Amino acid sequence: MAQVNIQSVNKVYANGFAAVKDVEVQIRDGEFVVLVGPSGCGKSTLLRMIAGLEDISSGEVAIGDRVVNDIDPAKRDIAMVFQNYALYPHMTVFDNMAYGLKNKGMKKGEIHTRITEAARMLQLDDHLTRKPRQLSGGQRQRVAMGRAIVREPKVFLFDEPLSNLDAKLRAHMRSELKELHRRLNATFVFVTHDQVEAMSLADRIVILNAGRIEQVGTPMELYHQPASLFVAEFIGSPAMNTVPLGTRLGGMLANTAGTLPAPAMTIGLRPEAILAGPAGGPGIKGHVAMAEALGAETVLHIEVPQGGTDTRLTTRVSGETRFTEGDELAITVDPSRVCWFDHEGRRIATEPATQPAPRKEPLPAE
Amino acid sequence: MKRAQFSRPLFPYLLLVPQLSIIAVFFYWPAAEAIRGSFFLEDPFGFGSTFVGFDNYYDAVTGSEYLNTARFTLVFTALVAFFSLALALLLAVKADIVLRGAKTYRTLLMWVYAIAPPVAGLIGILLFDQSIGPITDLAGLFGYELKLGVNYWDTAFAMVLVSVWKQIPINFIFFLAGLQSIPRPVREAAMIDNPSGLSRFFTITFPLLAPTGFFLLIINITYALFDTFGILDILFKGEPANNPITLVYKVFLDGFRGNDLGGSSAQSVILMVLVLVLTVFQFRFMERRVHYN
Repeated sequence: MAQVNIQSVNKVYANGFAAVKDVEVQIRDGEFVVLVGPSGCGKSTLLRMIAGLEDISSGEVAIGDRVVNDIDPAKRDIAMVFQNYALYPHMTVFDNMAYGLKNKGMKKGEIHTRITEAARMLQLDDHLTRKPRQLSGGQRQRVAMGRAIVREPKVFLFDEPLSNLDAKLRAHMRSELKELHRRLNATFVFVTHDQVEAMSLADRIVILNAGRIEQVGTPMELYHQPASLFVAEFIGSPAMNTVPLGTRLGGMLANTAGTLPAPAMTIGLRPEAILAGPAGGPGIKGHVAMAEALGAETVLHIEVPQGGTDTRLTTRVSGETRFTEGDELAITVDPSRVCWFDHEGRRIATEPATQPAPRKEPLPAE
Repeated sequence: MKRAQFSRPLFPYLLLVPQLSIIAVFFYWPAAEAIRGSFFLEDPFGFGSTFVGFDNYYDAVTGSEYLNTARFTLVFTALVAFFSLALALLLAVKADIVLRGAKTYRTLLMWVYAIAPPVAGLIGILLFDQSIGPITDLAGLFGYELKLGVNYWDTAFAMVLVSVWKQIPINFIFFLAGLQSIPRPVREAAMIDNPSGLSRFFTITFPLLAPTGFFLLIINITYALFDTFGILDILFKGEPANNPITLVYKVFLDGFRGNDLGGSSAQSVILMVLVLVLTVFQFRFMERRVHYN
């Protein structure tokens, strides 16, 4: 168990491309941190720098109290789970897990104990003598995790480990991962491009954009208090409605939202901050252009004809809603849930009217 | 797999005719001719032949000269196959980690492949030349007088050296392709699991290269047995005298210099059977023991 300190880390490739720029994160002991961002944002590169598979151009990475910049990947006391599992195809499941331990010079008995235990935890008991090609995707994924677990590393690194699985299995593995983290109480660093995965797994999310950190925070902080337009649009599905104040729709929304902070250029509204009321009621007139019924809730895409150039808004309503496509309605805005962004797309701090629910368990102490 | 259907059943055979006729003219016919010839004693001046049954085979296999040649061929093949595979693998592993100028480097290594065997033999003669050969000079520096074509083992050394040199490029190309088909994450996982590069090579890279390696082993054995003929012929300048020769060269010598067509036919039939066994061995036995993904 250890914290990971990443200090002003940069990655510049030989061709001059800077993949990671001045990244600074302190990952606490036992924390589940998710690095998220669109493809090419540098999240995998950052993870690989922690693993030692990628050189650090400048800055410092420390695992525990030890700066690991020049330490061999095998000696960093980490374990990594890869996207394509990266199992050794010529070895049995048992040997796959034992390989790293053997190379550490561990005794056979100890290796056996660890693997048996991990196999039981991952329900791989019956497959220990099989080769990877005889296993299903989910089983291979478990072997990859088993290989990491038996090492009992200080830090677990995951490079998009769930993206090759089908949707159902992915949801299942997500909960298994969460469970695993609780049981091992180890530090997890997890890379994904999927914001749902990030939201559901993370204690804290590090969101990256073009090599820079946009924001670090708990999933709820990122959702309710996004530091920038980028975060606001990346986190949450359906995405936040962001409307420039220069447009007619922006002006109309700002009027209903109440006090307008001086440098605001863009208004941001989560779908649930837009309230749909019956036509003829107070608010901005519009009609339902499309209704996506998801069961428990329905996402309404609302067309506001008087909005000028930007006329589409999304809101979510209860699944029992009477609104269907073509219905007229009037929308109002919940003033306590409005975000304002300045001309550089940064959020303007307002009274945090929406207090994120306090966490039930405090974060582990540093 | 989906099977394509032709409306006229004979049409596909028609398409095979050019290929089959070439094989028939250049392989089946001569092969049948060799088998037939191996049972006859041919008059050197073409005045008819006598059926002698298996006498040609018996004479070939029991002759002490043949056994010596066979023994040398075995050693020669083993040395050529081993060194050309080992050196090519070493070069491929090194080329694989080169990032800058990789293409130039690879092209330079592959060039030798474009050289015809007799030309390789000529280059070998230049290298081992009595008065200007750099290898002769090098041996001289160590106080050894290297005489190509005079000392049995000196010639053997030159034969192995030139044959290995000629064969390295093709092995290199295959090994490099094999190395590059090992998924990067697998290698990276191994980097995390094992700090020793050498141990990683023998426990991960080498087993995953086994299919390529096995294929190349067969190719190299056949190369050393048969395709080195051109190199040897030039190195001996067509006059092997008491220099070491391989079985294939002996077939040529006995048949075309010694005019013993029946005996040389028998020898070539023996070689043909050897290749057949090797091929069966390749497909039946060893492919199963190799890890394919």
